[in-house]
Amino acid sequence: MASNDSIKKTLTVALSLCVVCSVVVSTAAVALRPTQQQNQELDRKTNILQVANLMVPGKSVEQQFGEITQRVVDLRSGKYVDDIDPDRFDQIASTQDPAMSRTLSGPQDRAGLGGRVENYATVYLVGDPDKPDEIILPVRGQGLWSLMLGYLALEGDGNTVVGLSFYDQGETPGLGGEVDNPRWKSLWPGKEIYPEDSTDPAIRLVKGGVGSNTPDAEHKVDALSGATLTSTGVTNLLQFWMGDEGFANYLARFRDTSQGA
Amino acid sequence: MAKTDTARGLLITPIFQNNPIALQILGICSALAVTNSMSTSLVMGLAVIAVTAFSNMFVSLIRNHMPSSIRIIIQMTIIASLVIVVDQLLRAFAYDLSKQLSVFVGLIITNCIVMGRAEAYAMQNGPVLSFLDGVGNGLGYTFILLAVGFFRELLGSGSVFGMTIMPTINNGGWYVPNGLMLLPPSAFFVIGLLIWAIRSLSPQQVETSEFRITTNTKPHTAQGSV
Repeated sequence: MASNDSIKKTLTVALSLCVVCSVVVSTAAVALRPTQQQNQELDRKTNILQVANLMVPGKSVEQQFGEITQRVVDLRSGKYVDDIDPDRFDQIASTQDPAMSRTLSGPQDRAGLGGRVENYATVYLVGDPDKPDEIILPVRGQGLWSLMLGYLALEGDGNTVVGLSFYDQGETPGLGGEVDNPRWKSLWPGKEIYPEDSTDPAIRLVKGGVGSNTPDAEHKVDALSGATLTSTGVTNLLQFWMGDEGFANYLARFRDTSQGA
Repeated sequence: MAKTDTARGLLITPIFQNNPIALQILGICSALAVTNSMSTSLVMGLAVIAVTAFSNMFVSLIRNHMPSSIRIIIQMTIIASLVIVVDQLLRAFAYDLSKQLSVFVGLIITNCIVMGRAEAYAMQNGPVLSFLDGVGNGLGYTFILLAVGFFRELLGSGSVFGMTIMPTINNGGWYVPNGLMLLPPSAFFVIGLLIWAIRSLSPQQVETSEFRITTNTKPHTAQGSV
């Protein structure tokens, strides 16, 4: 045992252990990375397909995602940008890049995005990109505990909701976490974002339920019971992303064409 | 603990007689965090079994060459490398579950069971026995996790392994779920009750008191000091 405690032996053992362990860890990380990236990609696509109600069992996700066109939109002008490759564009990461994002003043930052929002966003168009059946938009905002990340799917008129779903949130299980509940999500289809002839989003969550005789029922969704702050967060993030800082300029084009037709 | 040197004994004793969570009260932190559903409990249990078994085996293999001054660091390095490998494997092959377990797979490094077994068992025994000891202790951990997960998922979400047993009000059923069960503190209650149940069944697990609680001071004996 004494020889084990000599300085030479200690250094040799420490060094060789480090080499062996680092080789094992880096081999695992490098060898598995393609599979992991594939998983993340698949997860993202599955979320998009689910919010658009396009998941058909028996068909592969890749196959179904083929019907969707990805485009990058400049949120300020509402126009498509062609020099950014949507496959490589990382929208969340771009908020860290001063050239790709802008600051928000206090009252503008309704969704609680930490004072910065990106200039460009990826949108997903189902069917004919010029006259899409559905438009899927990434939305996110602060709830009670966490940043909630999700997708909002709209019909081709850029106004009627197809679905809202969050793929990443850390709200209280059983209360705010019910944003994932299929029954609550089923309240969304058919709701309308904007009042007629306005680009000011009217969609909001209200307490006490929404019945057939609620005024403006088409703009209101029943709030989550026991989760006032999460519900406020959902209202705020929708109003932000559907407002002028978000997709309002972009969605105007669909609303104009549908009115013109 | 009797008969811990046979392979069978090594695998079975840690489950009931010498359970790492219930008797040794180790590894509580992750037992609180991941047990709100059975499926996450199971995957976490499997991950811990793999890590304890292999870390025990590797520590045991090099135990005769370990300088005692840095043995804890060596054990830590081996455990940490194994945890990273397990985490990477989960991300590659069980992506949904690894998303739910998030940081807790990484935190297996700090799970006292792994380090405890490496130091207490693998340093003195051969690789095969150490491997079995690791599997056994991992099984003991998994057993408690599944038991806690069962109660928490049943009472908190009305389901077991994601299958609805008691339809909840939110889904149009009759059961009003107990929200506390979905939050980590409830695991304290469940683990406490489990330990009580296990120790009632096998009283030899009850520790002797470290000090004796004296009876309250009687009023007439206290009078003098007033």
